[in-house]
Parts: sequence; structure tokens; C-alpha cells
Amino acid sequence: MLTRTPVALLIVAAAMFAAAPIFIAYAPNEATMGLVYKIVYFHVPAWFMMFLAIFVCGIASGIYLFKDRVSADRLAYSAAEVAVLFGAIGLTTGPLWARVSWGVWWPWDVRTTLALILEMTFIAYLLLRKYGGPGSEKLSAGLALFGMFNVPFVYVSVNVWRTLHPQTTVVPQLPPAMAGPLWWCVLAYLLLFVVMISGRRRLEEQRAIVERLRLVYDED
Amino acid sequence: MCKDIRVESRSREMLYTTTFFAASCVLVFSFAFVRSGRPVVGAEAGIIWVALAYAGQLALGRAFERELHQDALRGLLLAPVDRAAIFVGKLLGIMLLMVVVEAVVVFFVAVFFSTTFFDYGLLFIGLLVAGTIGFACVGALFAAMLARSQSRTVLLPVLLYPITVPVLIAGVSGTLSLIQSEPNLDLARFWLALIVFFDVVFMTLALWTFEPLMTE
Repeated sequence: MLTRTPVALLIVAAAMFAAAPIFIAYAPNEATMGLVYKIVYFHVPAWFMMFLAIFVCGIASGIYLFKDRVSADRLAYSAAEVAVLFGAIGLTTGPLWARVSWGVWWPWDVRTTLALILEMTFIAYLLLRKYGGPGSEKLSAGLALFGMFNVPFVYVSVNVWRTLHPQTTVVPQLPPAMAGPLWWCVLAYLLLFVVMISGRRRLEEQRAIVERLRLVYDED
Repeated sequence: MCKDIRVESRSREMLYTTTFFAASCVLVFSFAFVRSGRPVVGAEAGIIWVALAYAGQLALGRAFERELHQDALRGLLLAPVDRAAIFVGKLLGIMLLMVVVEAVVVFFVAVFFSTTFFDYGLLFIGLLVAGTIGFACVGALFAAMLARSQSRTVLLPVLLYPITVPVLIAGVSGTLSLIQSEPNLDLARFWLALIVFFDVVFMTLALWTFEPLMTE
């Protein structure tokens, strides 16, 4: 059962998502890309949330490793799932945009490559969690911590690797008419992020309780 | 580590198999990258680093297998020494093996693709050594973590490559900037610095997390 706050947040987030298309429809079209540019209102917030989730996951994993707090581990697990989910949204909407504006599905630009590598890191986290067997919580916490510290390295290396080739600017300076709907969507995504993580955490908690109860029951 | 070297020097199992595997990697790549008798320009750098990564992964997978017999890993962890010392010992063993493999791979690539790597030998060796440290230190930690896991053979590469991508990009691009027709030394130095920085951060992180990670 969800507590009251997430439910309230969920309702607000749903309302914001319902209103978002109207704002997006009224926002002016971008000069060169036209309609397809509107993907930006869902694409960019998804990436923001993915980064947020990665840092939440990394920091929570660190706390779990050194302070041995199980609740931190549950938070990290939820954040990793959410990171993969938002990453998947970003990786699906990105190529649609790239196809129209640059003529290729995958432009190998800095951000796309960085995103792909991070997405892979956190898919690896989930795989480890699922197939690692007993003790995989600690191992995946280690991976998340490494993944978080890896972000700047991947960014710098991909950046320099790509400057050898012509670069494309992805997000130009936004005029206020476009920035408004964008920030609206970011806020809606943020609420969704909080709702999903808290819901997922609760699910993990309940699962732990059920597990414990089952053990007690088996002993009797 | 001394024990590992002694075991290795008696049987040479890992050395022979890993080296041979790396050499076959180079061979497979030559079929992909040699068109009508001429190698594709710039493919050498990629081949060296990919062959290294694969061979390294093979070595890492085996590194902790020896300790699994009769739960020797637990015995090792219970020993009254600093846990970091165990990690460093394993790391040095893996690195030593990888350096030998590197020598063989570089030799084969140089022969097959008639490339001269040693025009700027110091920078090239620096890139290789720093890259090896970075790859091996992340790899040794993950291999140690996974040693007790059932599905370690598939999980190791799954975890290893996303994290070591910066080292591979830096290694390939750095090597490429040294062997291209107009070498770009500044760029190579930048890549070297990046790998060294990566090494420092991840070595610290590995030493720091080895203890909590290996505690059950």
C-alpha cells in the first residue's frame, strides 16, 4: 500500500503530464527541425532524471557499503531500475530526433555515447542483482559506486575522442517560449521520479518483510 | 602473489593459454582489417587494445579460480594481513601476466601490419602500462567480488567493459595519435594523463571498497 504523500505526488504528476501536451503544442517550432524538435520536451527531462537516479544510486550504494544500512541498498536498487527506465526513454526518443535532424539514427555524439555507456553500466547492475546469487547486493553496490565515479571519465574521454570529428550542438540556447514547457516537463518527470523510487522502495521493504515472515513460518 | 607466480612458473598454464588466445585475436582481426593485402589505416591501435582487453578478461576470470578449491579464498581473507595487501598481490600477478601478453600482441601486430610503434617508445609504453594498471585494478576487484558467484564467467565481462570504457578509448586514441603519419604528441600526452588520473581514482576506490566488498 502506498502512503499518502506518494499518492498525492502521483496525482500531481499525472495532472502535469496531462497538461504537458497543451504547453508543448503551443510552444513555437524550432526553425530548422520543425515538429520533431518537440521530442526535446520528453527527451531532455528523461536524461536529467537518469543522471539524478545514477547519483542517488551511487551515493546510496556507498552508504550501504560503508555503513551497512539495508535501507540504503533498497534505495540504490530502486534508483538503478529507474535510471535504466529513464535511460531507455532517452535512448528511444534520441534516435528519432537524430534521424530527422542529422540523417542518421545514431550520431556518436558525446551525449549519446555517454548515455549508452551509463545505460549499459546500470543494466549490468540489474543483471548482477538478478543473476549474481547470494551476496549480490554488496557486489552491485560496488558496481554502482564505480559507475558513478566513471561518469566524468567517460564524459571527458568521449568528448576528446569525438572532437577529432565535426561536432554537432544538440541543445541550442532556448528561447523563453520553449524553456517554459521544458521546465514544466522536467518538474513533472521529477515528481514521477520521486513517486517511482518511493513506491519501488516500499515494494522492496514489503518483500523483505514477507521473506522474514516466511522464514519464521518455516521454522515453526 | 609470490605463490601465484610460483604456481604459474611451474605450470605456465595461464601464460601459455592467454598469450595464445591474444595472438589468435590478432589473427582474427587481421582477417577483418586487411583488404586486398593492405591493412586498413589505423586499425592496429584498436586491435592491440581489444586483444589486450579480451586476454586480460580471460586472465582475470582465472585469477581467483585457484582460490576456490577448498575455500582457500576465505582462508586468505582470514589471514592476519591487511586485506588490501591481498588485493595488491593479486593485482600485481595479473598485471605481470598482462605485460607479457602485451609484448607478444605488440610484436604480432607490428609484424602483421608492418607498423612501427616505437618511434615514440616512451609514450607508447606509458600508455600500455597505465592502461594495464587501470584495466587490471578494476578487473581484479570485480573478479574478486564475483569469485564466489555462480555465474562469474558471464558477469565479469558484463561489469568490466562499461566501467573500463574510458581506458579503452584513451588507449586506442592515444596509440592512434602516435602511429598515424603525422603523430600528435600533445594528444597522446593528454590521453596518457587521463589514464593515469583514472588509475589514481579507481585504485583508491578499489583499495577502499575491497574490505567491505569481501566481507560476507
